[in-house]
Amino acid sequence: MKYLDEFNDPDLAKRLFDEIATTATQPWAIMEVCGGQTHSIIRNGIDQLLPDSIELIHGPGCPVCVTPLGMIDKALAIAARPDVIFCSFGDMLRVPGSHQDLFGVKSMGGDVRVVYSPLDAVKIAEEHPDREVVFFAIGFETTAPPNAMTVHLARERGLTNFSILVSHVLVPPAIAAIASSPTSRVDGFLAAGHVCSVMGTREYGPLVEQFGMPIVVTGFEPLDVLEGIRRTVAQLEAGEARLENAYARVVSDEGNVAAQQMLSTVFEVCDRQWRGIGEIPASGWRLRPEFDAWNAELKFDVADVDAPESALCRAGEVLQGLIKPHECEAFGDECTPRTPLGATMVSGEGACAAYYQYRRLDVPVEVATGG
Amino acid sequence: MADPSTGAPDFDGWSCPLPLRHTERIVMGHGGGGRMSGELIEHLFRPAFGASGELHDAATVPIPVGSSRLAFSTDSYVVRPLFFPGGCIGDLAVHGTINDVAMSGARPIGLSCGFIIEEGTELSVLGRIAEAMGAAARAAGVPLVTGDTKVVDAGSGDGVYVNTAGIGVIPDGVDIRPTRATPGDAIIVSGPIGEHGVAVMSQRDGLEFGTEIRSDTAALHEMVAAIVAVCPDVHVLRDPTRGGVTATLCEIATAAGVGIEYEEDRVPVPDAVAAACSFLGLDPMHIANEGKLVAIVPEAAADDVLAAMHADPHGAGATVIGRVVADHPGVVTARTRLGARRVVDLPLGEQLPRIC
Repeated sequence: MKYLDEFNDPDLAKRLFDEIATTATQPWAIMEVCGGQTHSIIRNGIDQLLPDSIELIHGPGCPVCVTPLGMIDKALAIAARPDVIFCSFGDMLRVPGSHQDLFGVKSMGGDVRVVYSPLDAVKIAEEHPDREVVFFAIGFETTAPPNAMTVHLARERGLTNFSILVSHVLVPPAIAAIASSPTSRVDGFLAAGHVCSVMGTREYGPLVEQFGMPIVVTGFEPLDVLEGIRRTVAQLEAGEARLENAYARVVSDEGNVAAQQMLSTVFEVCDRQWRGIGEIPASGWRLRPEFDAWNAELKFDVADVDAPESALCRAGEVLQGLIKPHECEAFGDECTPRTPLGATMVSGEGACAAYYQYRRLDVPVEVATGG
Repeated sequence: MADPSTGAPDFDGWSCPLPLRHTERIVMGHGGGGRMSGELIEHLFRPAFGASGELHDAATVPIPVGSSRLAFSTDSYVVRPLFFPGGCIGDLAVHGTINDVAMSGARPIGLSCGFIIEEGTELSVLGRIAEAMGAAARAAGVPLVTGDTKVVDAGSGDGVYVNTAGIGVIPDGVDIRPTRATPGDAIIVSGPIGEHGVAVMSQRDGLEFGTEIRSDTAALHEMVAAIVAVCPDVHVLRDPTRGGVTATLCEIATAAGVGIEYEEDRVPVPDAVAAACSFLGLDPMHIANEGKLVAIVPEAAADDVLAAMHADPHGAGATVIGRVVADHPGVVTARTRLGARRVVDLPLGEQLPRIC
């Protein structure tokens, strides 16, 4: 696995760190949008090795974290039905709803299964014609194409016992929402490389122009992340704001056209609630009406299920970069990966979980021992 | 057809002559304690285990002269699938308990086995498992001396569950336990990590992926004996099974009230394990091993212990990955390849693959 070593090379990394340190003459705040990048940054300690002037703000790009509580409760209600096989990515099983999580439903006898590909859920539906099979279709533009493919196949094969519970979210509207927030401190963005591998880079040019901030399409290995930061800092220091692609080995301008066609066939843009942030206009995808027969929300009559967020949890401020995870009063006490109040503490990609796992020594002692 | 070299039956070409009549699958009667149970023991388990002694309610095992303490351990095996690259539930159950006993510094002297078998399980499957257990026990020189079989209704089990327990004798003067980890000690892992977990995951329903990785399942008591011979004062031995090396280190740090620091780039991770973990979103340090151990030894003895491990077929890749420290008691930290330091936490439960 050559790429794992090549893009994790300590000597090359040191050169990039040095160059960033030499280039940066004043403080800059850069938001990495994707949870995968947050994970890489914290796990490798990239934020510790950057000069003090460069602050990384962890963005809202963990799909598990931003799935709204009401949608989790809908999933729990459907998964608890005896006629249902509920399929989900593994990360979602531990995300708390109002009262329990999917693991809890499973322990009470619910048939909850982890799948690694959404298409496995279609296979399960074909193997169990007497059961209703539901797939929890969450995530950003990255996971959307295979999720769209499931209902496309279900329609093509006449599968009537398959449906999906859709809670898709889109990156560009989230960047726009953060950049236009009066409290935002972000000077530039690292765009999510794998989202761009699907959607291309063209949606980001208008954002650069509208907000006058650099956006650099960035990958996930340590050197990828550092190169994204280096290019963003270089632009900021030069007073420039351009769209750059620092992940050209994966991302092309036009993206994956076949995937985009599948997406526009199956999904349409809608307003979407983001957990901890609130509603962002035109920031999600839902099934087009011609796929109503495969829409789990309609099939199981859960449209009315909704739930308020925890009053203690400040995930919204964390997701917007207004506070660091350990600055939340509940961090490490009421809220740990074992007892998460908000989804940012659940997924390995969540900013709070990443801090809890990797940075506890750096935060005050009473917090560090709270778990 | 018995294999004349080992005395073990060949279950691949096995046909049932007289006993085990009427069925090629386990039925409830095989667990009923009557004639069918007796036939299963006489014609399947005893030949597979190479057991020939008198049948009784309990086995008797002589205790070697000069040993005043016994080590005693038990473990249950519910692995799915039953057969995976590099092993099966049978040899795993033998190796796992031998290793648990050996991690106290003991020399294992006898094993028990309990089978819980789901009605409908093919006799040939049970035969292959029993044969693997017998072969593993013979190779290790640790006899299976007593056993039990129960059958549960179809749907109440998952094929075959195996429990093994083992006893061993601890040489006088040896005192190996987690609380003895002391600041300054060297931390050694015996070889490449993550192979068992990745091999099993590669065969799970819905997750089949091509990999050349095979389970590292192996009995480590000979290596432990070699370590104890050169360093009777070895402080801690653990086999990093579920939860991987991370869980082992975290448990030791907590138990001993010491800090542990390791260097990420010193941890031996096979390329194929790193690749599988990368696309599944898992950490190799959290993945189960079944033929590795972590040794914590006084710094002055580290070279001798390493040499002893390198001389053992299961310890060729042994290497020092870190140190026990007085700082941050109860907490494990890793120096990343880039030179930063991060906290390493106990995995919460089953590892959840990340989705993107």
